[in-house]
Amino acid sequence: MFKNLNYKMQRRIIIFAFSLIPVTLLFTFAYLPVINMFKYSFTDWNGYSKSYDYVGFENYKTIFTDSKYFSVFKVSLYYFVGSFVQMGLALYFATILSTSVRFKNFFKGVMFFPYLLNGVAIGFIFLFFFRPDGTLDTLLQSVGLGAYTQGWLLNPHIINISLAGASLWRYMGFNFIIFLGAISSIGKDVYEAAEIDGANRWHQFRHIILPSIKSIVQLNLILAISGAISAFDIPYIMTGGSNGSNTFVIQTVTTAFKYNKLGLASAMAVVLLFIVVIVTLLQRLFIKEEK
Amino acid sequence: MYKLKYGTAAVFKYATLLLGAFAALVPIAVVLFASFKTNKEYSTTSPLTLPENWFNFSNYTKAFINGKMLLGFGNTIFIVVMSIIGATLIGAMIAYVLNRFRFRGRNILIVAFLLATLIPSVTTQVATFRIIDSLNLMDTRFAPILLYLGTDIIAVYIFMQFLNSISDSLDESAMLDGASYFTIFWRIILPLLAPAIVTVIIVKGVNIYNDFYTPFLYMPSENLQVLSTALFKFKGPYGSQWEVICAGIMITIIPIMIIFLSLQKYIYNGFAQGSVK
Repeated sequence: MFKNLNYKMQRRIIIFAFSLIPVTLLFTFAYLPVINMFKYSFTDWNGYSKSYDYVGFENYKTIFTDSKYFSVFKVSLYYFVGSFVQMGLALYFATILSTSVRFKNFFKGVMFFPYLLNGVAIGFIFLFFFRPDGTLDTLLQSVGLGAYTQGWLLNPHIINISLAGASLWRYMGFNFIIFLGAISSIGKDVYEAAEIDGANRWHQFRHIILPSIKSIVQLNLILAISGAISAFDIPYIMTGGSNGSNTFVIQTVTTAFKYNKLGLASAMAVVLLFIVVIVTLLQRLFIKEEK
Repeated sequence: MYKLKYGTAAVFKYATLLLGAFAALVPIAVVLFASFKTNKEYSTTSPLTLPENWFNFSNYTKAFINGKMLLGFGNTIFIVVMSIIGATLIGAMIAYVLNRFRFRGRNILIVAFLLATLIPSVTTQVATFRIIDSLNLMDTRFAPILLYLGTDIIAVYIFMQFLNSISDSLDESAMLDGASYFTIFWRIILPLLAPAIVTVIIVKGVNIYNDFYTPFLYMPSENLQVLSTALFKFKGPYGSQWEVICAGIMITIIPIMIIFLSLQKYIYNGFAQGSVK
């Protein structure tokens, strides 16, 4: 197509032509929203009227003083703790399945599969699971623990544990498959050498497996933490944020689209963005230093 | 003594594996059972009871037709395919330029693309909504497609890494034959990226298929519903007919299960590679 142009000219054309669309899209849909969000966060805009006033830090003050807005961060703690349990389980099953196990592919497939399901299906599956006289209650009764049946999604003290559980069920397989991939890439000879030196399974895990997948575990932990802070799908689909299951993102979305307080919602989004970016940057620095 | 110890370890290992598999499967299995039950059967039996008739597809037809699932499939496939083709082309183009050429502004662009992965897109929806609206893309299939192209830039990441492993000497020898940069990209680079493209297809395909809030926010019209939003609508009208909702759930699960069973190896590799940043 450009055959008769010299390479210098071609170079200019191709750099320009190949960057134009990707950079435009990146700017319009990734950076422009962030810039606008900052701008809106200092206004009292309702999202549709033509004019709005600048209100300074008023919106931020509201978030940090009105407990209605800030208390929802407590809910993130449940997902946060849940994500540690999730990592632990994923690491355990990945370690076990990296050894010789019968029906390995079956177990691997079954534990990974939930991750491939869509959020709405998972939300409904767990609405069904946690219903009064639903699956969980029936299971508990059948093993003689009938006394422990609960209003899993009705009791405000328990609801977030139930929802974090559903979230764990959804995402565990993802961490698991990544850990398994990382563990499998450790050479067989390393284990053999360790066995000759008399290392038992725990030693192998502690001194061979853990060090070689450390950075992947850290990365996944960070993903899980920002996931916990921005939890949305599961609680929104299952409860709509009722019974004390409101998360910060649900709160932001309802503030913006239901109550038309776009300025306030933008300020909330800015706060959330700051937290996620700081957490991620801390981790990046942390990993870099170790290298 | 040693043997006995080994025995208990093995028992523990398999017991935990079975427990894990049980926990992963039971929530889905009970939905499968319920989807074959009649309304009366559903209300009188426990969730763990197997259905009387495994060929009772009436809930499925009801869910499929009343839920307009075919429409959902059509829209989902359209959006997934368009987004993947777009992401592959755009990602490969920018990755090629950033990897093969040294020019002013290159480093800024690289940082801009990498930094964007840090922005959790769910936080910026408040402002993205206005942009989509001002571009008159509200309630069109192009809203989610453009958003998937512009914000989920994992493809750029994967391609840039992969290009590091494709030697420059291929480009150079093609240049000796007089090939233009465009020909090099189209005839050499793009075909060599094939394994990375498979990774992108899998990672993006799963993300888009599973996404709920983008179609939910940007495509409220019923005729634009995708699978996840179609299923979400079951919540109101079928609130008490769980056997129909369960059939709806299974309808969205079955295709992904078939794909998973037939492409297992690629899917595992795709996620393993797609995540190692």
